[in-house]
Amino acid sequence: MNNIVLVNIFRFFGLLLVQTLICSNINFMGYINPFIYLLFILLYPTSNNRLSFLFSSFLLGLMVDVFLDSGGTHAAASVLIAYIRPLFLKFSFGAAYEYQAVKFSNTDFTQRVVYFLSLIIIHHFILFVLVVFNQNEILLILKQTFYSSIFTLLLCLLFTSLFSKKQT
Amino acid sequence: MQQLFNFFIKNKTFVLFLLLFSIALSLTIQSHEFHRSKFLNSSNRLTANVYSISHSISQYFNLVKENQLLLEENSRLKSKRFNQEISTSIDSVLKRTYSLNSAQVYKNSYAQPNNYLTINKGLKDSIKEDYGVITSRGIVGIIDKTSTNYSRVLSILNTNSRVNVKLKKTNHFGTLTWDAKAPDVVQLKDIQDLVKLTIGDSIVTSGFSSTFPANIPVGTIDSYGLNDTEDLYIIEVKLFNDMTNLGHVYLIKNNDLNELETLKEPNE
Repeated sequence: MNNIVLVNIFRFFGLLLVQTLICSNINFMGYINPFIYLLFILLYPTSNNRLSFLFSSFLLGLMVDVFLDSGGTHAAASVLIAYIRPLFLKFSFGAAYEYQAVKFSNTDFTQRVVYFLSLIIIHHFILFVLVVFNQNEILLILKQTFYSSIFTLLLCLLFTSLFSKKQT
Repeated sequence: MQQLFNFFIKNKTFVLFLLLFSIALSLTIQSHEFHRSKFLNSSNRLTANVYSISHSISQYFNLVKENQLLLEENSRLKSKRFNQEISTSIDSVLKRTYSLNSAQVYKNSYAQPNNYLTINKGLKDSIKEDYGVITSRGIVGIIDKTSTNYSRVLSILNTNSRVNVKLKKTNHFGTLTWDAKAPDVVQLKDIQDLVKLTIGDSIVTSGFSSTFPANIPVGTIDSYGLNDTEDLYIIEVKLFNDMTNLGHVYLIKNNDLNELETLKEPNE
């Protein structure tokens, strides 16, 4: 138990620094940036207290906001996906997750991709709606959501496979 | 009352979600208004320190480029000085209106609709809000928030940014804005369609505001068209500055600012 808390605290600060110092400065093709800090929310233990989960997601989003000078956009998007995460857990891993905590490293690859992708797309859409904040620019929002989601998904899968404890 | 408490306890996750979400939303809305994002910005001690550590590592990668820029500027200033007539030295006796400070850019962004820079000068170096920020090539932005050691700069690549500029040739003035499309092109609005424009004409600051002195280079005309009502131009301006790569910047302090402010007050 203690170990899980420590791992998550480390993940919180590690991903925050990786996001703000590296990932937000990539600007691939001019404007495409991955939002790797989402991994914290995606991989947060499922059996844990939902209130603390919501709160830590909010805090992480807010910290990213402070670093990137983006108001409260990341915080809003992060809290939203933290709140709706159980729905998507059920959707991608079946009802079984409620009885036993899902170990992400043991799950099926396609299930994991579906779970990651759905939450990433929702997060990015909300994020860019709030960042652009102009209903006339809906095409720009969709374009940015699409490209950044792909980038984030690839990096998330790469990170999870890099740091998975599974023995080969 | 009891029922109300029961309701809250039953739906405590939803209530907390609603609370946090509305906090985040209000912060977002606040950040879309100029000079309103008071609480959260990257010029606070924690974030600026992290950026300063990261900057101390990454600055080495740009040394060649920085040196080149400094050399260019040096040679330009030297040639100016060699060609200067001696009589102008009288100027140095007069009081100077503007004084310059140099600073390092710790954090720069250009891919979002609202971009800010963080620089390593703050209240301690008597930097205040509304000071202008330029490089040797052209304008960068305006100081937006200051803390003890750091400041945040509202970049001209920000949809909230408004800078008064003019055409160098004819002195017609307008407002410089940004449509968030490309980091090297900004838009100049409010110029009458009577004015004759040529592609490649220079745009410089007008000197009407107390922030920038007149004739600081901004960019050249890339293309132009009329607005919806067909009486004003919308001019695409190609910037002289490479906003994606900023190292050293200069902060412009207007020494007459207090005097100008007192003149403005009675009008309000």
